[in-house]
Amino acid sequence: MSSSSQVTESWISSFCGLLGHEYFAEVSEDFIEDDFNLTGLQSQVPMYKEALEMILDVEPEDDDDEEDEDEEEDEDDDVLGDEKPLGYRRASDRRHLRMASDLSVIESSAELLYGLIHQRYIISRPGIQQMAEKYELQHFGTCPRVHCNSCKVLPVGLNDSPGHETVKLFCPSCLDVYTPPNSRFQAVDGAFFGTTFGSLFFMTFTDLDLGGNRTTSAGATESLLAIQAANSDAKARTSTPANVTSINGVAPVNLAPGLGAGSIYEPRIYGFRVSERARSGPRMKWLRMRPADVTELDETRRYWEEHEGDGDRPDEDDTNMVDVRETGAERKKKSVARRRRVNGGAAAGNGGSPMDTGNGVGVGGAG
Amino acid sequence: MDDFNSETDSDYTSYWRDWFISSRGNEYFCEIDEEYLTDRFNLTGLNTEVQYYQYALDLVTDVFDFDCDDEMREQIEKSARHLYGLVHARYIVTTRGLAKMLEKFKKSDFGKCPRVMCEAQPLLPMGQSDLANTSPVKLYCSRCEDLYNPKSSRHASIDGAYFGTSFHNILFQVYPAMLPPKSQRRFEPRVFGFRVHAAAALSRWQGDKREEMKERLRQTRIETGFEEEDEELEEDDDDEEMDVADGFEVSRQQ
Repeated sequence: MSSSSQVTESWISSFCGLLGHEYFAEVSEDFIEDDFNLTGLQSQVPMYKEALEMILDVEPEDDDDEEDEDEEEDEDDDVLGDEKPLGYRRASDRRHLRMASDLSVIESSAELLYGLIHQRYIISRPGIQQMAEKYELQHFGTCPRVHCNSCKVLPVGLNDSPGHETVKLFCPSCLDVYTPPNSRFQAVDGAFFGTTFGSLFFMTFTDLDLGGNRTTSAGATESLLAIQAANSDAKARTSTPANVTSINGVAPVNLAPGLGAGSIYEPRIYGFRVSERARSGPRMKWLRMRPADVTELDETRRYWEEHEGDGDRPDEDDTNMVDVRETGAERKKKSVARRRRVNGGAAAGNGGSPMDTGNGVGVGGAG
Repeated sequence: MDDFNSETDSDYTSYWRDWFISSRGNEYFCEIDEEYLTDRFNLTGLNTEVQYYQYALDLVTDVFDFDCDDEMREQIEKSARHLYGLVHARYIVTTRGLAKMLEKFKKSDFGKCPRVMCEAQPLLPMGQSDLANTSPVKLYCSRCEDLYNPKSSRHASIDGAYFGTSFHNILFQVYPAMLPPKSQRRFEPRVFGFRVHAAAALSRWQGDKREEMKERLRQTRIETGFEEEDEELEEDDDDEEMDVADGFEVSRQQ
């Protein structure tokens, strides 16, 4: 008779089970119960305390002997009237004031609060792990772009405060964001995922295969496409020195694998390319470009190569954004990996990535 | 197909094309004029592409009166759809066909671009090949000039050759006013507010390529077609903040 009598699932799992809430991870109660994780949310959420109680399925403090909240309104007088007359009356009066209209307010506050906690949870270690499992199971869908080869996408927000944008999908293969295909996700606030999660996820899990099975798509296409594909293999994929294991902190194979030569649409009419000079000619190819040799993206090195004479050149550890396997001998004095942390033993980190899983969320600094 | 079989003969024999373009999954097709279909010149070469060519053509033009068993009819029906598709690819690059497809484009019958920065730009159907049975239909966004897969699986099974590789490009040559302004806005991956270095470096490199292209166009005095507001946007970018690179921050000093 006391407290929640029905064998219902928790508020959290029923919330995550709702249609349109498929992207949400179930935040662990431990995480919510730690006040530190909720810092600052009190001022953002109306009826914060009630909302938090609802999320945690805690009965409001001084009436923990009452029925399930929804039914309570009708039943409290008969069912509970004789149970605990004194303490109950006061509690019931108080609740009467808020129940009727406020329950829906609390419900929406709880959803908001859950969303904001969720934004923080999914960048914590257990949270990002949980999202990784959902990612592997393709719960978030795939990139609609043809040249991304159905790369799996992640839900992200374009704003960290609620009420601005709905949830979007981030594709690591083309580094672009897309609207979810199903309109039911257009009711989900993007802030519940946040702007950090998408990027942090791929910095955390650096050895995911983002390129997908790119050979299969080229198989069945006509000669033109075959030539393009051949170009892409010849140019884009191989002109990066083979011993480069990391560029700007990312393995070259995972740096926007859906972009670059061969993955850019080339408009044609009856087989002839449309000129850039035509009014309807291509103008957006840059958006899908990627240098054939990714070491071109090592801006610091390029900058100092152009300013060779400058006196205040920083020491090499600070300029180097390329990791190379040491077996490749000295390709160039400067590009040999000399990162502070992996000093001397660069070859050990075969992945070369400093953002390995263990390091996880540490964007802090290696200094 | 099931719908078709369940209907009476008189129904489908008189309105085959109506039935075809209004049936589920065929929303991308427009109706081919009777005159176009009956002009043999327009069908040149298709008799070798399509089985039961004559019967299929009769069915499409609603003069089909051949008595045959269900299996045969099914074959002919299949051929008719294939024939319609192949003629469709030719028809939509004619003046009338383009006009019809333009209307559908304006109504967003082909869907809208899923890319957030394209702001629901209407799409156009296209094929990656002009040969049948090579690859399914894709959707072309004229704002980002890229190809996307149709959302719905019932569209994903349509042959791309029924639209062809040229149609969408011809449409914009014929109706240049329909070209949307290009946008330079783009998504910037960030972590705790800081740009992610790898993505930011790539995007700066791409930006350089874009400026090179604009410069080429400017030299030949050709409109670039970019939105004006973009200019301001770029200035904002110049007071560069910091990029987060793996584990330490690099400030970019000019």
